[in-house]
Amino acid sequence: MSALARRLPRAWTQLSPSERREALAGYLFISPWIIGFIVFFLGPILASFALSFTRWNIVGTPQWVGLDNYERIFTQDPFFRKAVTVTLKYAAFYLPLEVIFGILIAVVLNQKLRGIGVFRTMYYMPYIVPKVASSLVWVWVLNPRYGLLNTMLGWLGVNGPSWLSDPDWVLPSIIMMSLWGVGGSAVIYLAGLQNIPNQLYEAASVDGANRLQKFVRITLPMLSPTIFFQLVLGLIGTFQTFTPAFIAAGRSGGPLQSGLFYMLYIYNRSFESMRMGYGSALAWILTVFIMIITLLVFRSSKYWVYYEAERKRTK
Amino acid sequence: MTITRHLPRFGLRGLQRFNNVSGYTVLMVLSALFMIPLYWMFSTALKSPQQTFAIPPEWVPAPAQWDNFAKVFDEVPFGRFYLNTFFLVFANIAGHLVSVTLVAYGFARLRFPGRNVLFLVMLSTLMIPYQVTLVPRFIMFSKLGMINSYWPLILPAFTGSPFLIFLVRQYMMSIPFDLDEAAYIDGASRFAVFWRIILPLARPALMLVVVFTFIDVWNDFLQPLIYLNDPDMFTVSLGLSFFQGARETNWNLLMAGSVLAMVPPLILFFFAQKQLIGGISVEGLKG
Repeated sequence: MSALARRLPRAWTQLSPSERREALAGYLFISPWIIGFIVFFLGPILASFALSFTRWNIVGTPQWVGLDNYERIFTQDPFFRKAVTVTLKYAAFYLPLEVIFGILIAVVLNQKLRGIGVFRTMYYMPYIVPKVASSLVWVWVLNPRYGLLNTMLGWLGVNGPSWLSDPDWVLPSIIMMSLWGVGGSAVIYLAGLQNIPNQLYEAASVDGANRLQKFVRITLPMLSPTIFFQLVLGLIGTFQTFTPAFIAAGRSGGPLQSGLFYMLYIYNRSFESMRMGYGSALAWILTVFIMIITLLVFRSSKYWVYYEAERKRTK
Repeated sequence: MTITRHLPRFGLRGLQRFNNVSGYTVLMVLSALFMIPLYWMFSTALKSPQQTFAIPPEWVPAPAQWDNFAKVFDEVPFGRFYLNTFFLVFANIAGHLVSVTLVAYGFARLRFPGRNVLFLVMLSTLMIPYQVTLVPRFIMFSKLGMINSYWPLILPAFTGSPFLIFLVRQYMMSIPFDLDEAAYIDGASRFAVFWRIILPLARPALMLVVVFTFIDVWNDFLQPLIYLNDPDMFTVSLGLSFFQGARETNWNLLMAGSVLAMVPPLILFFFAQKQLIGGISVEGLKG
């Protein structure tokens, strides 16, 4: 216990010789991360910022162009606008659906039934499939003529759309593909559900609450920290969607660029047309945008995320 | 309390049975939604070209073309892709096991000025999309002449991964400090404490490092796409995507390839199911 309570030293000069030896060892132990942080993170981020003010195709020397890249992106680049629209639309539909389905499936999996483990495994399995493979599977499932989905729609007398070759259906297709992997987040919600103390439900039953009331008044508030956590991760991940777009829509973004996700656009500009400066500017815009959104979600959390520990403290 | 438990007992049992039936129905319908695409992948993988493009589609291919799986290896260097990916997976696991444990130990068990600030800095890097580092990293590796080599895909692993460091550090924090103290009194060095005491006790967390690294590297697509040009060096995911471009119509072989691509992570999943799902809940809780 005394060891746990040991105070963290403030400044080098206040340390005794043995504390200095411990501190030195500490720096030595964490040095791999420090090196990685500088070489693979901080350095590249600063370099990326500087590069975003240049024009450079990797051979030759970078040419300083000031704010030219940013100006062009915001005023003359129709692909940028398209990429932003596609990505925002995707996020606006996919994220809420992921949360809703994730929670619903977690609730279904939280039943105390024999053999529930088998179902848990089955729901989780699509999440294990490598993204390239699962995207390919869906391209084949969505094949307008021979695909499974249109065949099954045919049984119902519905003439299925041509999915990935129809600009209106590309985004819904990719949303559906991503939702197939919702088992990944359902498992996390499930862990959250299992942490809710059973007494809460028992007490509510005594008070005559029905299932829906229990869900809205107990489950959702108790789950809100998990939802918050998933939302933050989901936001960051959604804006970075690359592989499904690359495989399903194609590397240039599909019909009428209807699947031109922002990350795909960064890839195209940076590595297909080798415009390092322009690509860096695009990446910086994405980064700043994600940071702002994340900050907003964090700010909003005090209105809707319920932390038991905090509640107790204020009482 | 006891009265309310006993009174409606009979009714409860009937309700329970109804709940079970409806519960299983929902479970079955949902599992169909999740499993049908997988089944479709697997059955297409066993079809001849004619069977693949049959209308209406054959649900159970007869006869099943098991040699499709062999054909994949003939048509594209799939064996090569497998070896390449396994090599990358093991190199990354080795890198993470070394770096993540060292750094996590430093953050968890040693005191030094600035420790908490540095730890926060590390966590905050999780919030910043790695794409912003993609272009400069590419430039750096190309200036070092490392494009079309495995170095860009391996070297970063030896500097750790913030998420895994966080995970292992949390685990190491839960090991009683008395153990270290006792060892120090016996004259053990810091490295000995790390190596002989903390590492063996942190084995469950290390399993997580192995599993997460395996899945991440096996599934990675963007980085191999950027850094590798030579088809002989492709990973499974990358090779599969080129297979799609080259032979748009060979869906049976493409699906056979997809099945082969999911086998290793699937096997790992069955072995590590407990750790994986438990580990994810750790991740969920500490966030």
